[in-house]
Amino acid sequence: MDLELTAPQIRIRDAARRFAVETLAPRAHAFEASEEVPADIYRQLGALGLMAVDVPEAYGGSAAGTVAYSLAMTEISRVCASTSVTMGVTNMVGEVLAEFGDEEQRQRWCPRLAAGGLGAFGLSETGAGSDPGGMVTTAVLEDGVWVLNGTKQWISHGDTAEVVVVWARTDGAGARGLSCFLVPGDAPGLGVDAKEDKMGLRASHTCGLVLEDVRVPESALLGPRGGGFRIAMMALDGGRVGIASQAIGVASGAYDDARAHLSAAGSPSQADAFRLADMATHLEASRLLALRAAARKDAGQPFTQEASIATAFETEKAWAHSKDAEELKGDAGLRVGARVERALRDVRVSMIYEGTSEVQRIVISRAALRAG
Amino acid sequence: MDLSLTEEQQLIQQSARDFARGQVEPLARALDKAGRWPAELVKAMGELGFMGVAVPEEYGGAGADNVSYALAMEEISAACASTGVIMSVNNSLASDPILKFGTEEQKREWLAPMAGGQKLGCFGLTEPSSGSDASDMQTTAVRDGDEWVLDGSKNWITNGPAADLIVVFATTDRGAGSRSSTAFIVPKGTPGYNPQEPDHKLGIHAAHSCTIFFENCRIPDAQRLGEPGQGFKIAMSTLDGGRIGIAAQALGIARAAYEKAVAYAKERKAFGKPIADKQAIQFKIADMAMELDAARLLIWRAAMLKDQAATDASVRHTKESAMAKLYASEMATRVTHQALQIFGGYGYSQEYDLERHYRDARITEIYEGTSEIMRVVIGGWALKHG
Repeated sequence: MDLELTAPQIRIRDAARRFAVETLAPRAHAFEASEEVPADIYRQLGALGLMAVDVPEAYGGSAAGTVAYSLAMTEISRVCASTSVTMGVTNMVGEVLAEFGDEEQRQRWCPRLAAGGLGAFGLSETGAGSDPGGMVTTAVLEDGVWVLNGTKQWISHGDTAEVVVVWARTDGAGARGLSCFLVPGDAPGLGVDAKEDKMGLRASHTCGLVLEDVRVPESALLGPRGGGFRIAMMALDGGRVGIASQAIGVASGAYDDARAHLSAAGSPSQADAFRLADMATHLEASRLLALRAAARKDAGQPFTQEASIATAFETEKAWAHSKDAEELKGDAGLRVGARVERALRDVRVSMIYEGTSEVQRIVISRAALRAG
Repeated sequence: MDLSLTEEQQLIQQSARDFARGQVEPLARALDKAGRWPAELVKAMGELGFMGVAVPEEYGGAGADNVSYALAMEEISAACASTGVIMSVNNSLASDPILKFGTEEQKREWLAPMAGGQKLGCFGLTEPSSGSDASDMQTTAVRDGDEWVLDGSKNWITNGPAADLIVVFATTDRGAGSRSSTAFIVPKGTPGYNPQEPDHKLGIHAAHSCTIFFENCRIPDAQRLGEPGQGFKIAMSTLDGGRIGIAAQALGIARAAYEKAVAYAKERKAFGKPIADKQAIQFKIADMAMELDAARLLIWRAAMLKDQAATDASVRHTKESAMAKLYASEMATRVTHQALQIFGGYGYSQEYDLERHYRDARITEIYEGTSEIMRVVIGGWALKHG
């Protein structure tokens, strides 16, 4: 047992921290106000190796592992969660490609994503969120071409992605009827529905995607036919480490702000200091839980349970503590533009996306009841 | 980054688990009911190396690390929290300060018999009117030639009725602030050292505690532990380690309640199905599993840092120990509460263990620093450093 970071992990963490502080911090509020993270931000993140942290070097990635990815997500999220959600999803698309893609698919997409092109996941639908088995988007093979039809919802940066991993039903009902496709962002028939007007992560675009006779070649099938459900579960397990790390970052940012405020104000009341103590304790526990899940993933050990524990634990604490931080800042914390105000809105969705808190508890209790 | 246990740690964990399940668990309920001191378990723990887990082999200990100590504490406390705290006090509160601050002669005299279970240690800091504020002690030690004369009283002294020695703190220079007290080793049988009858408590019934009176109690200067005026420092440093033990005790108690609740939820039927099929029960179980893991990692981290601190003076674990203890103890209250709830009426009955775990958990939020003191420590650190 050791908690030491390796040199590549430190390098990635420090690169993310420097970029967050120097480049993102001065602009994060402007991103929020304009509801846009400029594309050059992702190219810069790509140049730092942060858009494909755990993708092999042969495909343009940093090959630095999940612990490094978790640390990078935390550092970026500390300053701008809109940026980190895009970075996180693109990282996971890269990982899914590296894991399930064939050589041609990897060569085609991974380097572009590593350089700052965006990748999106098209899993959720109007009637299928926590239960992907309820998906109705279809893909039909016609003369060597897959024809996709359906509607996807809540797709992070669905409007600007160079490639979308789309799940569709190829072989009837149930989990085994789902397959996965790589759909280029400019594929004819792929339309972007209205951008969502959301509570938080306002600089990250969330859209519906409409697929109307989108035709992709057979080579666009990712993984085996009927293997879509497994890919989704793998992507979500890895994604949850990212979401837990994101929530840690957002809560850390709020904590930093509240702490600086209290320190500057002189001697805080015991009630305020105790809230800070609780935040610090929970953040420490959350970091350990996220790093444990990440380290297990890096070691090739099962980590589904650990990822769900890290996510459910930290996202709920992060929400509560962002609220605490806002209160500790007093009325200044309510002002638009205050970091704690944005933190509170940004972190709310971490209890929802990539598996709600309820889904995490289903995962955790199933494993617990099996083991007990 | 690797949060798995080493082979040696797993070995100690397994041997503690075997001992806990084989010898401790079968007695636990009866010990609690009768409030009986488990002399046979104390002896057995000495023979198995659990009374001096992190004491080096050259002083008769098991020579293991503090993570191993935390693992053993968790296992034994899961079976019987009383037995766990007896072990914890002997390891963390009595042996550790002697190891860290004692003279070679003191170490040679005490550590081996304490690790072997022949001698039992206790720790005398708290007084009737001074608990969290340990700088305000009424017990005094006055130098008289080559001797010190101790007068005063200590209370809530776990292991007190059975202890063979006490590491006790007394005011030696009132008004000297953090340098006003000094630590001493007082063996049982010293005239003027008078342990009283065991206290009556809510939980940990088999771990006897008592008030100890010091009445014109004369000891040679050779039994002074550390330097004059170093008492407060020794006490605080000792508690930094002790809190890891108590956090592990809380984790053990909570885990026991959790495991019993999971097993019961699968057996117990209501409305035609096991209650484990109900999401209300499943989500309680998920919450408990999460909290146990969070506590465990905080404890391991603090224990790892304590190991590093032994060889690197720049490493501190005060804040991490406080976090582990704060979180684990409050977690134990929440988890035992929910586990008892899953058991329903049976949870409230003394025929089962849940009410014992529930009662035993409560003290972990109080002794070796209340939750409030932990928050003072952590909040103070946060405001200053991070």
